[in-house]
Amino acid sequence: MAGQNQRLTVVPTVAMLGVVKARFVGATRGHALLKKKSDALTVQFRQILKKIVNTKESMGEVMKTSSFALTEAKYVAGENIKHIVLENVQNASLKVRSRQDNVAGVKLPKFEYFTEADTKNDLTGLARGGQQVQQCRAAYVKAIELLVELASLQTSFLTLDEAIKTTNRRVNALENVVKPRLENTISYIKSELDELEREDFFRIKKIQGYKRREIERQLAASKQLNEEQFSEKVSLQKGISHNLLSAGEKDEDIIF
Amino acid sequence: MAGRGQIANKSSALIAMIADEDTVTGFLLAGVGNVDLRRKTNYLIVDSKTPVKAIEDAFKEFTTKEDVAIVLISQYVANMIRFLVDSYNKPIPAILEIPSKDHPYDPANDSVLSRVKHLFSSESVASERR
Repeated sequence: MAGQNQRLTVVPTVAMLGVVKARFVGATRGHALLKKKSDALTVQFRQILKKIVNTKESMGEVMKTSSFALTEAKYVAGENIKHIVLENVQNASLKVRSRQDNVAGVKLPKFEYFTEADTKNDLTGLARGGQQVQQCRAAYVKAIELLVELASLQTSFLTLDEAIKTTNRRVNALENVVKPRLENTISYIKSELDELEREDFFRIKKIQGYKRREIERQLAASKQLNEEQFSEKVSLQKGISHNLLSAGEKDEDIIF
Repeated sequence: MAGRGQIANKSSALIAMIADEDTVTGFLLAGVGNVDLRRKTNYLIVDSKTPVKAIEDAFKEFTTKEDVAIVLISQYVANMIRFLVDSYNKPIPAILEIPSKDHPYDPANDSVLSRVKHLFSSESVASERR
């Protein structure tokens, strides 16, 4: 991979090594946490999937029942009931409110329906078929209940899907890009520090050797000096005596 | 990601509908219908004479309205504007495809359910056998 051999551009120092190591620890912990989050989300996701499939299947049944109830109502109350209903629409009496559930830091909206005011259709079918109309109404309210549940499941599904994708992307990015890069940086700094240490060691050795040689040289020099001085002394003494001894012999020109 | 599509905890939101006359009548009877000040309804009755353009416009309007939490759409109507429904991917408002009286419900066409099935396929096989 392209990011495999990369490392951060840092100055290889001990301080930087500490910083990078701390970052590495942070990245490892973050990775573990995100992995856990991803797992938790996936568990929730699976549950929601199962629920969605079940609810979708039962939705068909409920819609069939409510359609049938409407047909019954139409049969009893007459075809014109729908005109009455359509004319009577003013304000929604059945509304939805949403609250939020929190799953591992992801906010999932949950819908719930509630009836606000009395429905305007109370008097619909007063002349005939009132009971069927009310039954039909009840059937459709039931359908709404199911559909609202399904809607919140579906919303959760979409939200969770996206959240899981993002989390997994982060997990993978940490695992495959950030962590190797930090590891590379750490090994780079370590090798560089080792190199420096070896260099230092070598230099110290070299200097030590140089110093030793210098001392030896000085010692030798002083020894030589000592010897020279000694021999000079000796020879001086010798020379004096020699001079003294040979004084008479040497000067042949001395007349007296 | 999670920050997108959040709706404030408002006291109430509406359920919008795009469906055939009978389905709409039934839900109106249950009391979901709403007419705002400009005489705009939160439902669209689709019959054989309704142009696709009108359905598209209604769909776009319902999905962009702030006070709509759920959009119910008959499946055969959804099939007419399938490209719009499939490209819609916001969590709120939620799009629900519902079966209608004279068109059988086909789960394979449902945009969300097909995704669910796709993700679920390996697992649902296992769970059905249980």
